[in-house]
Amino acid sequence: MSEAMTNPYRTSLRSAADWGLVAVALPALAALALPLGSQDGAPVGWFGGTMAPLFLIGVVLAVIAGRSAPKRVWGAWAELAGVTLAWLLPFHLLEEGMDLSAGWGLWLFLVAATLLLWRVMGVLAGVPGWTRSVIVPGLFGLGLLVGWEVLVRGFQVPAILLPPPSRIAAALGANAPVLWDDFRQTVLTSVLRGYVMGCGAGFLVAILADRVPFLARGLLPLGNLASAIPVVGIAPIMVMWFGFDWQSKAAVIVVMTFFPMLINTLAGLGNSERIQLDLMRSYGAGYGRTLVKLRLPSALPFLFNGLKINSTLALIGAIVAEFFGTPVVGMGFRISTEVARMNLDIVWATIAVAALTGSGLYGALALLERLTTAWHPSMRRR
Amino acid sequence: MTFPNPPDIREATAARQGSDPAISPAASSVVVEARKLSLVYPTADKPVTALSEVDLTIARGDFVSLIGPSGCGKTTLLRVIADLERPTSGHVAIEGMTPEQARLKRLYGYVFQAPALYPWRTVERNVMLPLEIMGLPKAERQKRAREQLERVGLSGFERKFPWQLSGGMQQRVSIARALALQPDLLLMDEPFGALDEITRDHLNLHLTQLWRATGKTCVFVTHSIAEAVFLSTRIVVMSPRPGRILDVIDCDSLPRERTLDIRESPEFAAIAHRVREGLKEGHSYDD
Repeated sequence: MSEAMTNPYRTSLRSAADWGLVAVALPALAALALPLGSQDGAPVGWFGGTMAPLFLIGVVLAVIAGRSAPKRVWGAWAELAGVTLAWLLPFHLLEEGMDLSAGWGLWLFLVAATLLLWRVMGVLAGVPGWTRSVIVPGLFGLGLLVGWEVLVRGFQVPAILLPPPSRIAAALGANAPVLWDDFRQTVLTSVLRGYVMGCGAGFLVAILADRVPFLARGLLPLGNLASAIPVVGIAPIMVMWFGFDWQSKAAVIVVMTFFPMLINTLAGLGNSERIQLDLMRSYGAGYGRTLVKLRLPSALPFLFNGLKINSTLALIGAIVAEFFGTPVVGMGFRISTEVARMNLDIVWATIAVAALTGSGLYGALALLERLTTAWHPSMRRR
Repeated sequence: MTFPNPPDIREATAARQGSDPAISPAASSVVVEARKLSLVYPTADKPVTALSEVDLTIARGDFVSLIGPSGCGKTTLLRVIADLERPTSGHVAIEGMTPEQARLKRLYGYVFQAPALYPWRTVERNVMLPLEIMGLPKAERQKRAREQLERVGLSGFERKFPWQLSGGMQQRVSIARALALQPDLLLMDEPFGALDEITRDHLNLHLTQLWRATGKTCVFVTHSIAEAVFLSTRIVVMSPRPGRILDVIDCDSLPRERTLDIRESPEFAAIAHRVREGLKEGHSYDD
């Protein structure tokens, strides 16, 4: 393999045999003998009047180009084009009105294409910079979406069970104003306020409990209790206490996020080493100086841990709490009403918004953590 | 130095110097004075006596090494002087003040066994840390930090982070940090204990030059005989269980200016021999 990379002429027999490619080619060859799908109940083969042969030729050409490329990475890009072409074939067949559920030749062909993609990703993951950090995970995600789309449409899974991503995207577009209102109500109003209040209170009480030992002793067991409270139990009570609007959602979020933040902050404050504390003492630094200059900076990794856990907890809390009463807007409200109306596309669209919001919050916190705790051993040289 | 001495220390000082203790010029030549110092740790089974009736006087400009096996209380003694530990009985005075007053006035710089650098601060900002706590203006902090880093031979490393430096360099940063306070008294607790011997020799040479150039009083804890003899003007030999002073050895036979080759001299060997004998005595007592 290494010789194949350094010697562009590849004269030796051993390096000439690309066993990975053989593993890809075998299922692809087997696929040629099987039907692509059926039209009006009759099976259709590879050469049954569709444009499938053109796709096949394109893929073969791409693989040949990939094999003969002077650089391994260029070859990978050519092979990636082949993979793309192969995965476009089912879309073409669906356009032709074919039923793909019995098209084992097609599925086997796609298995081969996926193996080829594996090869490509293996090469691209070794390229430093944007390729490795953005393109590879992006291709991975795109691959999953395309696989989902093709499988759901090819096997004609009812949309009520699982709609294809394209339909979810269409629902997202068609209902954008409603979804935006939901997002504003749930995320921008309830989640952000509840999150800031819960995390802020947890942080401040932790600092107090750190000074007053009996508070820590009394609160930590309560934290275990509180983390065992199911959100579906607390949410209706909070709605009764604080009404239908964002206040009750914020209250649920505060209950859910307060203790994780408290526990993480306390752990973080206890993270300073004896010798570092002695150093501050030798400088005659008092409690406040020691807190600001030493204990809080060294607690940062723990604080971010709490903040990250809470970012997902807060979103879940708000959405579940909206099941128990809300003004007629909000992501939880949307899910509960649209499920009842069997409007699963909108439910999936809301789930997509929630997932994107959750990972967005988490990602923003992770980025902030990387910026502020670049000194920490877990972050160094990454 | 406007703080009044505790009465018995004043007596002790007076007895030793035979003059009025309050403002005599001779009194100011004593930097650290310990009398009948004892420290007992309460532990689960029985109390441990870390220090027992320790008497020690350290004069200005001295380089005093505390040497002894582990558990002999040498680090504890240093920590008592620094007010990181409170004695059970007895008295300590630093420049005529209680250790707490001396600590709050930042009269000493302390170098720990580990560099204890804050990983989120660059080298320069680590050295500036005590100056920030003192409340010095930024320009002054930076000036002093640069000076001290240059003194320990680390110019050009200001913007590095501690983990980008070797162990020896990190410990030099921690020495620069202690020096940045510009204390007259430098307390060092096995600062080179974790380093390899070559680095250690190098840093010892560096330290003795630094000591001569600055005229500071140094108290240095070590368990290496060669290091103690090489660096010190006086060596305090301690023994464990209970921690006490066995012998105080003057190193007047060695020149004040030390180079690595004095280690080959007969005077060096004689002092090292006496230290070793003292340590042996402590051990036979132990067994």
